[in-house]
Amino acid sequence: MARSYWHITWRRFRGHRLGMVGLCVVAVLFLVAFLSPILANEQPILCRFDGGFYYPAVVDLVHQVPGTSLIIQKQRPYRLATFDFKREFDPERGDWALWTPVRYGPREIAAEPLAGPSGRHWLGTDQSGRDVLSRMVHGTVVSMKVGFLSMGIAVILGLVFGCIAGYAGGIADLVISRFIEVVQCFPAFFLILAVLAWFPPSIENVMIVIGLTRWVGIARFARGEILRIRETDYALAARSLGVRPAQLVLRHLLPNALAPVLVSVTFGIAVSILIEAGLSWLGFGVQPPDASWGTILRSGYENLFTAGHMIPPACVAIFLAVLSFNLVGDTLRDVIDPRLQAERA
Amino acid sequence: MLSYILRRLVTGLVTLFGISVISFFIIQLVPGDPAQIQTSQIADAAVSERVYQQLRELYGLDKPIPVQYANWVGKLVVGDFGSSFHDGRRVSAKIGEALWPTLSVALLSFMLTLIISTPIGIYSALRQGGGFDRSVSTGLYMLYSVPNYVAGMLLILYLGVKWDLLPFRGMRSDGYDEMTTLGQMWDLAQHYVLITFCFTFGNLAYYSRFIRQNLLEVVRQDYIRTARAKGLGERSVVLKHAFTNSLIPLISLIGLTLPFVLGGSVILEYMFNWPGLGRLYFESVLQRDYPTIMALNFITALLVLGITFIADLTYGLVDPRISYEK
Repeated sequence: MARSYWHITWRRFRGHRLGMVGLCVVAVLFLVAFLSPILANEQPILCRFDGGFYYPAVVDLVHQVPGTSLIIQKQRPYRLATFDFKREFDPERGDWALWTPVRYGPREIAAEPLAGPSGRHWLGTDQSGRDVLSRMVHGTVVSMKVGFLSMGIAVILGLVFGCIAGYAGGIADLVISRFIEVVQCFPAFFLILAVLAWFPPSIENVMIVIGLTRWVGIARFARGEILRIRETDYALAARSLGVRPAQLVLRHLLPNALAPVLVSVTFGIAVSILIEAGLSWLGFGVQPPDASWGTILRSGYENLFTAGHMIPPACVAIFLAVLSFNLVGDTLRDVIDPRLQAERA
Repeated sequence: MLSYILRRLVTGLVTLFGISVISFFIIQLVPGDPAQIQTSQIADAAVSERVYQQLRELYGLDKPIPVQYANWVGKLVVGDFGSSFHDGRRVSAKIGEALWPTLSVALLSFMLTLIISTPIGIYSALRQGGGFDRSVSTGLYMLYSVPNYVAGMLLILYLGVKWDLLPFRGMRSDGYDEMTTLGQMWDLAQHYVLITFCFTFGNLAYYSRFIRQNLLEVVRQDYIRTARAKGLGERSVVLKHAFTNSLIPLISLIGLTLPFVLGGSVILEYMFNWPGLGRLYFESVLQRDYPTIMALNFITALLVLGITFIADLTYGLVDPRISYEK
């Protein structure tokens, strides 16, 4: 039953060209983020070195899954921080390498600082001589992580509080609704800044704080939906059959309230990506040696007159991410809301 | 009407109280107080500790938090936000200085938004699905997805640096004082262009779509058909009968967005070196300047609540059907 509903939604979604374009861009961003270790890395995907075969970039790829570093480790020389494969590389000895498309790591100091785009560094280098393209690729990881994980936190909190407020009503509803109103009186960015000022800046803290400030919108949505659905005939039927409240909410009310929540989550991801880049730009997010679109933009801002080449790529990336999530969200809203569907037909 | 206003004022006060308590505790409970920051540079541990204690006493940080809060409220009641922990200046003076730069940009951008998006919205609604409607809405949608600070960076890079057309640092050029009055106005105007644009363009799509949507809903109503049927000109039908009736949601939208616009934008003001409220807030947070942070939080909350209240009241003016009696 629930499956067929999502099935219908997906079929309608496919009919929207712009929505599909947005979804494709989202998928590409996802792929870039996931494959970043084999897209841009200072170590090769596969190589022969001093008689042995190695695949360091692939190990990096696997290491993206938490916990895998206990199972698989890079082979001996590649594990060492001091080992520089590019310097040790010696074709005379029969060494060869299958490089990643971008041959530079995000933190590798590869060339002279603030060099403009060239054949070797397509997007130039930053103030420390790091390859900007490689940093852009690895910045995608940060954006996607922050977007999805912070909204994950927001969804869990929002649904729990929204369901409680919507179903229980009474005092619980009053307290939660007041609290939501209070939180919404602060501009989100101020709140985030105020909280972040007290914690060491890191991507994890950024995610948590964004999640903690974004849940109120979702809670309000969920509360409204639960309130509406609670009065429907099938909810009444379930209740008169003796379904317990917890089960009623989880199995009967919540699944039907998810669609509008999903729409606001999609927009929320775009906002989170935006906030993360903004915070990193201000110096509260991802810290300098690590790459994020926001820190790249900041490097460009600090070297405006000498190295403007860092600004457009980061701008395009942020714009594309925001646009595509907005497109998906808009399409989803059109597809889910049957009232709009009727108007169109 | 009077009882409605009273009721709203009471709930507003309760919310305001909640907000001030929460922000006071968030600010105070977490590590790193201003005295610590200001003494961190002193090398001698004993001296550092002594100065630290003295500063805490001076700022009143040595008292329990509820007492500190009571003191803060006590001063607030007589309109005193206290003095900045950072430079000792009156908080009200600091905010007063930062208010005009933010407010002027916000109002300018707001007026521009309404002036541009209203005709676009009306025209698109009239020619629904036509070439103008589709191309403008697509174009504005793309603009809407450009984050304002991203646009700011690009504008600074191209218009400010590469082509050197417009200034982008602060409100005034060097040598402002030596300019003639006319020259000063021209200089000021130039500094406003980029930052105002950044505040405006994103809202255009939102507002024009909103106006279009509301108008479309109103146009379907029976009284519009009646107006047409009795032979009124299209102009009069649209502007007098349809548009005025689509104003109610617009007012609530303005009420919802205006306070946030007034709060300024931390990133944009920082980027353009604009001496406004957003930048003041950012700097106060970095300096742990509690009185300034509290004052700004409080004023923002007051604005949000106040403007929502005014927006709710104006409904009644626009739409006589709305009654405030229970």
